[in-house]
Amino acid sequence: MLAVPVQALFGQLLIGLINGSFYALLSLGLAIIFGLLNVINFCHGALYMLGAFVAWFLLEKAGIGYWGALILSPLAVGLFGALMERLLLRRLAGLDALYGLLLTFGIALVLQGLFSNWFGSSGLPYEMPPQLQGGQNLGFMFLPNYRVWVIGVSLVLCLGTWAVIERTRLGSRLRAATENATLVSAFGINVPRLVTITYALGVALAAIAGVLAAPIYRVSPLMGADLIIVVFAVVVIGGMGSILGSIVTGFSLGVLEGLTKVFYPEASNTVIFVVMAIVLLVRPAGLFGKQA
Amino acid sequence: MKSQRVPTAIMVALIAAAPFVVYPVFLMKALCFALFACAFNLLLGYVGLLSFGHALFFGGAGYVSAHAAKIWGWPPEVAILGGTLGAAALGLLVGWVAIRRQGIYFAMVTLALAQMFYFFCLRANFTGGEDGIQGVPRGKLFALLDLTHMTTLYFVVAAIFLFGFALLHRTVHSPFGQVLKAIRENEPRAISLGYKTDNYKLIAFVLSAAMAGLAGGTKSIVFQLASLTDVHWGTSGEVILMTLIGGMGTVFGPVAGALFMVALENYLAQLGSWVQVTEGAIFVVCVLAFRRGMFGELGRLLRRPL
Repeated sequence: MLAVPVQALFGQLLIGLINGSFYALLSLGLAIIFGLLNVINFCHGALYMLGAFVAWFLLEKAGIGYWGALILSPLAVGLFGALMERLLLRRLAGLDALYGLLLTFGIALVLQGLFSNWFGSSGLPYEMPPQLQGGQNLGFMFLPNYRVWVIGVSLVLCLGTWAVIERTRLGSRLRAATENATLVSAFGINVPRLVTITYALGVALAAIAGVLAAPIYRVSPLMGADLIIVVFAVVVIGGMGSILGSIVTGFSLGVLEGLTKVFYPEASNTVIFVVMAIVLLVRPAGLFGKQA
Repeated sequence: MKSQRVPTAIMVALIAAAPFVVYPVFLMKALCFALFACAFNLLLGYVGLLSFGHALFFGGAGYVSAHAAKIWGWPPEVAILGGTLGAAALGLLVGWVAIRRQGIYFAMVTLALAQMFYFFCLRANFTGGEDGIQGVPRGKLFALLDLTHMTTLYFVVAAIFLFGFALLHRTVHSPFGQVLKAIRENEPRAISLGYKTDNYKLIAFVLSAAMAGLAGGTKSIVFQLASLTDVHWGTSGEVILMTLIGGMGTVFGPVAGALFMVALENYLAQLGSWVQVTEGAIFVVCVLAFRRGMFGELGRLLRRPL
């Protein structure tokens, strides 16, 4: 173990934190959506991909750069999500949650298939914004500015989302509707609108993750396809009961994956799934889950 | 069960007559996927468990059978049996972990475990990685029937399909199957009646995995190939779609759904990723407007379960 160079160790830790940022942002969105809609949003990965593609389109076709995309892309994807919820998901209210999973799986196939047809599967490059290029030399390792930015932004977003849900009026309504939607609507709160807003917010988080990922990974139609399966495992490990729980689980599993890449690279793709199996055997409800 | 005698006879007659009208290789592919879908339907249609990782057993058995036939030189019947048993063992392991969660979590857990197996297959020496196992010999069944002969091979595949179909049909209509349906309808109540539902679910899961394995092992001998496609989540999605479109919880629905999807892929093959788009669109339409599926609707029209 001591033979591992410090530089590689810290480098992989950093990559682990980056991946953890994406796991946290995506599982957070999944948890919020599941809480209110009782739907596991299988197209979350496809919407993350859509967010990255919107950023690419904005740059190529409208000349709007990274900073504009960081605002516009989640707006566009959130709007798309709101439409999807109104036109499709709403029709499944009251049915078994499995139908929601299958419907969103179908939507994911359509989106990924369409973009694969238009752009092939190799992916397109997206330039890093000039303000965030370069990095700091810490002596023992080189720290790229953009990576620090990604980790910072996702931490702020995660904690911000937590604050909105726990501390604001919208959040208290959302929590109340998660507990008992019928009662909340009896108090005169427009629950259907709340559902649409929640879904749009959840997928907007995925879109921001997509924009953040665009300069690191290439913008490709399948960038979200395998990611969403890992995020599912993260969600099973953390349990969807707690917002802070999914943030902590997301970041720590990213770091664990990074460490595995240093010490036992053969298992780096599978370590999260192994952890999931162990957690299921020891604590089936998940680390932060409430009931079995 | 009586109400299904006539449609079963029609199905057997169609299977017997089909190779003289339609290209047999296409039919064999459809039969393998039909058995796969029937096995999957045992879980989704009768126990209410959505496994999103059934490609694990289908593709996993394909690898075992292909490896046994090619590298170890086993005769085809033993190779297919080996694949089936291998899939059953995998089913025991995966089922043991997965049945700890219900509903939507069960789907996510099976999907994640299947993805883990996919990465394992990608790296293991046993599977040939990206190349898969190619040029698997078909050999002679019971050292007697030459499987390189197309019509012989077809009827062997048809016999395997009918064996699996009959076994699953018998299971569903047995007292054991009644308990499975009780679990689907109301699991807490089944528990309160004294049934150890976890055991029932695990047995159903292993049986479903084994039959999916029988289908996958047969496919690898017929097509002389085992590859990563068969363990990919895309294949798990396909078998769900086959069952959904044919009618989940129906006896003949998965067979019709498999035939439909294999035919669709055949016609759309040259269109590349449009197959995926079409599949996705069918998913959306089925979930929104056609939840009973072909045989669910037909059964409702004829007022008999099909």
